[in-house]
Amino acid sequence: MTKEEIENGTADMEIDQRELMNGERSELNAVPDGFNANYLKVYYGKLFPHADIFKWMSYGNDGKHPGCDESYFGRREFSFTLDNDIYLRFQSFNSVSQLENSIKEKCPFKIDIGPVYSVDPAKRHAYAQSGNNVFTPVEKELVFDIDMTDYDDVRYCCSGADVCLKCWTLMTIAIKVIDPALRDDFGFNHILWVYSGRRGVHCWVCDPKARRLTNEQRSSIAEYFRVYKGNENSQKKVSLTSSALHPFLLRSYKVLEEFFEGNLLSNQSLFSTEERYEKILEMIPDESITSELRGKWQDNKKSSISKENINVDRWKHVKKILKSGKQKGQGLGKCVEEIVFSFSYPRLDMEVSKHMNHLLKAPFCIHPKTGRVCVPIDPNHCEEFDPTAVPTLSKLLEEINMGGLGTDDDEWDRTSLGKSIRFFRSSFLQPLLKSCKEEIENSYNAKLQHSKTSLTW
Amino acid sequence: MEIIRSQRKPVHIDVVPTLPLYRSAPPLEVRLEDFELYAMDRLRVLKGIADGLSRGKKSEEMKNLADHLWKANMRHLDASEVVNKDIISHFVLRLVYCRTEDLRKWFLSMETNLFRYRLLFEKAEVQRALMAEFDLPYRAASNAELESVKEGLKQVAQSFGQPLAADAIFYKVPFEEVPELVAGRRVFIHKGYAYIAMNQVVSLVSTQFRSHLSKALILTNRKWTSTIREQEKDRLTPIVEALCSSYLGPDYSQPREFAEISIKDIDQIAKSSFPLCMRHLFEKLREDHHLKHGGRMQLGLFLKGVGLKLEDALAFWKAEFSQRVGSERFDKEYAYSIRHNYGREGKRTDYTPYSCQKIITSAPGVGDHHGCPYRHFRTNLQYKEFLGALATNIDGVLPRSASWSNQLFICLRSKKNIHMRMYLTKFILLYQLLMHICSKV
Repeated sequence: MTKEEIENGTADMEIDQRELMNGERSELNAVPDGFNANYLKVYYGKLFPHADIFKWMSYGNDGKHPGCDESYFGRREFSFTLDNDIYLRFQSFNSVSQLENSIKEKCPFKIDIGPVYSVDPAKRHAYAQSGNNVFTPVEKELVFDIDMTDYDDVRYCCSGADVCLKCWTLMTIAIKVIDPALRDDFGFNHILWVYSGRRGVHCWVCDPKARRLTNEQRSSIAEYFRVYKGNENSQKKVSLTSSALHPFLLRSYKVLEEFFEGNLLSNQSLFSTEERYEKILEMIPDESITSELRGKWQDNKKSSISKENINVDRWKHVKKILKSGKQKGQGLGKCVEEIVFSFSYPRLDMEVSKHMNHLLKAPFCIHPKTGRVCVPIDPNHCEEFDPTAVPTLSKLLEEINMGGLGTDDDEWDRTSLGKSIRFFRSSFLQPLLKSCKEEIENSYNAKLQHSKTSLTW
Repeated sequence: MEIIRSQRKPVHIDVVPTLPLYRSAPPLEVRLEDFELYAMDRLRVLKGIADGLSRGKKSEEMKNLADHLWKANMRHLDASEVVNKDIISHFVLRLVYCRTEDLRKWFLSMETNLFRYRLLFEKAEVQRALMAEFDLPYRAASNAELESVKEGLKQVAQSFGQPLAADAIFYKVPFEEVPELVAGRRVFIHKGYAYIAMNQVVSLVSTQFRSHLSKALILTNRKWTSTIREQEKDRLTPIVEALCSSYLGPDYSQPREFAEISIKDIDQIAKSSFPLCMRHLFEKLREDHHLKHGGRMQLGLFLKGVGLKLEDALAFWKAEFSQRVGSERFDKEYAYSIRHNYGREGKRTDYTPYSCQKIITSAPGVGDHHGCPYRHFRTNLQYKEFLGALATNIDGVLPRSASWSNQLFICLRSKKNIHMRMYLTKFILLYQLLMHICSKV
């Protein structure tokens, strides 16, 4: 259906609506799955939360307080990827209406958010000439990107671009490990987790301190979170020292163990075939142990242990032997933990987090390959998140059709997107803006005090 | 600082027992001869430290080496002159090493290392005094605070294999002030604050030292280019410029004249003469018709260094990649990077091939094939297969040593690699490094 047909058909659809009180979708309302410029035009016209994104990116600098920095929003870089893969960098806007109009007009297939620069990106050429590096990023959220393809060597249910509820557990684990650490260890409060639209999650840390971190500091945080190193060529990808673990790893291990034993073991059938259990045996640097286990399991093929329990049982064997302390071989000390870490610990894309000038996809964009909206995820209920149930562009358009006529302002509220936008506002945006306003006021008052006490003319 | 030609006029300044921080040039008078000699003595110390690091010496060894070098080179007959020599030599070398990005980077690195090793030898009071000098936002954590985080502190201490002393002092510092400690998970962090042990204070102070020096070098460079170089062109400038080239600097970026290689020869050359790491990447590229970014960079820059021209490189990569992603996508997504590597795009830097040190210390991830086989290919089974397929003559076991120079030597020893001596850039880099190390012995 084209946009025109959708608009013209509204009156007819209303009548059909009344005939379908049992809630079945009318043929007229059905919008075929897809992702294209026409759909996007409606999305950007009626659903995309331009004002919320603007408020977020302004961080309280809305001009209402004398301490506001009026240039702040205008120094933020956005980038648009257009229909024919044309890529527009260094887009900047001075107001919400400029942002909104540009999006509606250009209808980008993807919107990325970059840093806040020292000057308006549109004027960067003028400053680059001076050679003093005056055009440079000054603020950027601390971001993390976790992508399912980085786990391809430990998930058997899917591979590549596919994602299902079984492997989505890995993302749940990632949120449950990283989010508490960001809050308790690093003291951050304004954290937004977003579904990337296909097979991963993004995390935006928006505290003022986080936004002002240097590349080196970002790098140190990413390294703090890094445990997994290596690829198919290296034998041991997780190497924990034999002595005690750092408190962060200890705390994380509790989460990992719970999910590994309660979920991954069975859902990924980690021990069910020889190929799969060999992978785990490879991580045990003791021949006598691995051959003992191998022997036991090869015999088991003929036994009556049900398929369901085989994974749990074999893991029990492994743990028992490794923890028994029988063979005090080198490198066995933390072997159980290393295996659990290998299969479940979050794998971050280091490069994304390390650089201030990295461009990351904006929340509430639509993913071109899946049509799904990049909706926020509630970290406190992330186990309940289902990527296969995230609203798609076509579904939202259907819902708009069904909604009939109403005020333009809150059409989104009558669609599945409503829940996400409300969550975004209540749990993230409002607390953030409140804290930003306080900061602006405090720093303004402090400046006033200072200028009062130092009489300079 | 005033440079004079006349007789020695010793100027006594208050000898401070702490390490000089080189914050500002003191009002000293220096003889012209001393200007050069002091600088060369200090350069020997810095050079020695660079050597030690490139040999992969551990921290404890480095500390002792630095101490030894300092005592051997930085003495002075007149005890009161020792500090002057320290300060003067540092400032002279600032002039010498402020002039390019590479020089600044090297000097910054070596001076910070030197500072850190010297600091480790100082007593706790000195270390504390230095913290105060740098206005570090440290605060000794109160007993109440320590109580609340005791469990975490104990766990961190245990993770080093050290018990927590009952009366241990900890400093509470915002975590962003100590990035190295955070990155290595060597501190307990809580609500944005890191709890630093006394012995980690050195890291704090060194980071501050480094950042001050970094800024100072930029300023020095400006002053040099705007006024000093011209003013001193008959006196100090020739000395400064000579001092620099007397050192076998870290600058391998000069392009060498080599026989070029062409695409039709490349398979043959890869088999006969590429080092193992590049050969692996090459084979994988032929096999998968694709390489991830790290692999593209490592192999691509190597091929450039070996003499593959840009046009040939584009044709080569396109021939492979288009079998996997199609030639339009190649042109759109990959061609730009290749041109960028050859200095034809963006800021037009002519990038140099990666050194062994960089390759060995890289961190290949899932799906990557770059890195150093002697370091990164730890699966014995795969390694044997890999070697079997290549039919190389490497004898011996997989080196277990973590020292990267060992990997380097194993690589050099392999008979295949001797072939390369003729014309491969990477080997020149190895060769130069080897000569550099040997010259110290």
